[in-house]
Amino acid sequence: MGFARTLRHAGVPATPDRVQAMVVALGHLDVASPADTYWAGRLTLCGDPADLDRYDAAFAAYFGGAGAPAPRPRPAAVRLRAVPLDDRDGGGADPGDGSTRTTLASRQEVLRHRDVSTLSAAERDEVRRLLALLAPQVGRRRTRRYGPASRGAVDLERTVRRMLHQGGEPSRLARRARRRKPRRLVLLADVSGSMEPYADALLRFAHAAVRVTPFNVEVFTLGTRLTRVTRELRRRDPDAALEAAGAAIPDWSGGTRLGDALKAFLDQWGQRGAARGAVVVLCSDGWERGDPTLLGEQVARLARLAHTVIWVNPHRGKPGYEPVTGGMVAALPHIDHLVAGHNLAALEQLVRVIGQS
Amino acid sequence: MDAAVTDPAALAAALDRTGYLPDEGLATAAFLALRMHRPLFLEGDPGVGKTSLATALAEVLDARLVRLQCYEGIDAAQALYDWDFPRQVLHLRAAETAGHRDADELERSLYDRRFLVARPILQAIEHAPSVLLVDEIDRADDEFEAFLLEVLADNAVTIPEIGTIRASTPPLVVLTSNRTREVHDALKRRCLYHWVAHPTYEREVAILRRRQPEVAERLTRDVARVTAGLREADLLKPPGVAESLDWAQALHLLGARSLDVENAAATLGAVLKYHEDAVRVRETVLAELIGA
Repeated sequence: MGFARTLRHAGVPATPDRVQAMVVALGHLDVASPADTYWAGRLTLCGDPADLDRYDAAFAAYFGGAGAPAPRPRPAAVRLRAVPLDDRDGGGADPGDGSTRTTLASRQEVLRHRDVSTLSAAERDEVRRLLALLAPQVGRRRTRRYGPASRGAVDLERTVRRMLHQGGEPSRLARRARRRKPRRLVLLADVSGSMEPYADALLRFAHAAVRVTPFNVEVFTLGTRLTRVTRELRRRDPDAALEAAGAAIPDWSGGTRLGDALKAFLDQWGQRGAARGAVVVLCSDGWERGDPTLLGEQVARLARLAHTVIWVNPHRGKPGYEPVTGGMVAALPHIDHLVAGHNLAALEQLVRVIGQS
Repeated sequence: MDAAVTDPAALAAALDRTGYLPDEGLATAAFLALRMHRPLFLEGDPGVGKTSLATALAEVLDARLVRLQCYEGIDAAQALYDWDFPRQVLHLRAAETAGHRDADELERSLYDRRFLVARPILQAIEHAPSVLLVDEIDRADDEFEAFLLEVLADNAVTIPEIGTIRASTPPLVVLTSNRTREVHDALKRRCLYHWVAHPTYEREVAILRRRQPEVAERLTRDVARVTAGLREADLLKPPGVAESLDWAQALHLLGARSLDVENAAATLGAVLKYHEDAVRVRETVLAELIGA
C-alpha cells in the first residue's frame, strides 16, 4: 500500500501487522469517508504522540489534504527556537604538557589522561574501544516488592505453601525482605557547538551505560531542542548506535538554550516519572545563551525530583578552572557532584560516582 | 457485544447518554476496539478522561467494569489469581480429623475452584461481558507488561492445577498511561492507540454543563475559557477536565455567578496543584485571562 510507504518514509512505524490492522479497521468503517480513513490509520499505525504530527503530514500529502479533520490540540512538541551561537573556543585548545607524561607509563595510561578533544584518529579509536568497556551501574534502592530472604519478616504465603507440600505439617518458617533494584539512570548530554569535541565520547559513555542495563537508562540530548536517543543507543554495536543517534539528533553542534531544553525534559519526561528518584547526569559546559536564572530554576526543580544530580563539565579537568560561567553559577547550589569528563580517567571516575550514589 | 452500536456516531450518542462526551476520534477508537476485539491503549495528560471512558463504556455495554490499578512491583498473584492458602490448610486439617485416607482424592480437592481467589484479570475473563480497565500501565514494571501481553493475546488464563479458563466473550480491554515511562512497542502494536487531547472550548463547556447543571452558565463558560488559557500558559501541570470540574464546583459552592479576579484567586487551589504555578498565574496571567 502506497500510503504505508509514505508513512514509513515520514518515520511512522507502519509495520505490516499494523497496516493489516488498518485494513481490518477500515472494514468496520466507511472506506469512502476521508475522516474514517484518517482515524482508521491514526489509531492503528501510530504508537507515540510524536507519530501523530508525522502521520497528519503524510496523510495530507498522500490524500491531498482532503477530509483530514481540523488539526486538534495535541501534546506540545518541543521546538525551541535555534539561537545562533557565536563562535566560541570549543575547548579544543591543546593543554600541551598533558600529552607528555612519564615515558615509563604505558600508552593506555597516557591515553587515559589525554583530553579527548586533542586525540589523533588512531588514539581516538583506542579510546573508543576502552570507552565501550566501561560499565556504569547505578546504586540500588528498596522496592515495594518482596523476595525470599534469609532473615526478615515471616513470609506467610511461602510458609503455608511449604506446609501444604508436606501434607499440612508445620515446618521451617520462610522469611522475606524487600527486594532491591537499581535506580534509574538518566543521561542528559549537551550536543551544542561548544561541547562538540566531547559529545562523541559522552554519547559512547551513554551507550556503554545503556548496554549494561538497557531498560534502566534513559538518554537525551540537549541543544536547540530535546531529543530522546535511548532507543537508538540500544543497538549493540557502538558505531552503529552512534550513527543512529547522530541521525536522530537534528541539532548537532548547534546553539544551546540549556534552560529551555532542560525545562522541556522535565515537562515531558522528568516530572512524569523519568527523573523521579533517579540518578541524573547532566553533561554540559554550562555555557548558557538564554537566561541563567531559568537554568538555575530548572536545575533546582530537577534536584527536587531526582535522587542525585551529577554535573559533568569537561572544563573542570583543566588547570585553573573555576565554575564562573553564568549557567554554572546558577546551577551549582543544586547539584550534588561536579565532575570532569574530559578524558577516560575522568569518565572512569564518573562511573564510580554513579555507582556510589 | 451491543447490537445497537452500529457505527462510531451511534456509540458516541450512547456514551453521551451516560454523561460522557467523546470527540470523533475517541468514539471511533472505542468503536473499533469493540469491533476488532483489540485492546484500546489511551495516552494523554492526567485528568483528560481516560479512566472515565472505561466506566462510561461499561455502562453503555451493560457490562461489568473490572479495574486493575497498576503500581510498581505488581505481579501475577495480584493481577490474575491466587490460592487461598489458609482455607486450603483448614480443609486439609478438617479432612484429617474426618479420617480421610485417599491421598489423590484429597490432593485434587485441595486445588478446587473454591480455593481460588480471582484477581481482576481472571474476574474479567470469568464474568463476560466485561470491561477490563488496566489503569496506569506505565507504573508497572516491564516484566508485567510481557505477562499482560500473553493474557491479552488469547483471552484465556491457564491455571496448572485446574486447566484453562477461557472467556465466552472476550472482555473489552482499556489500557491507560500517563507516559511516565515508555510502554514497550510489542504491547502497543497489539492495541489501538489513541492520544486523548484536552477538549476544545465548546466541548469542555458541554461537559461542564452536563456534569454540573446546577452551576450558572455564565460561570461555566468563564471557567472553560480561563482553563483553556491556563493550558497555554506553560505551567508545570496544566489543568485537565477533572480540574475544571472541581473549579466550577468550588466557585459554585462559594455562590459565584461569574468569574472575577478575586474569586478566581481564592479558588485557584482547585485548578493549580503546584505552588510555583499558582504564584506565577496570580502575579501575571490571571487578570489578563479573566479580562480577555
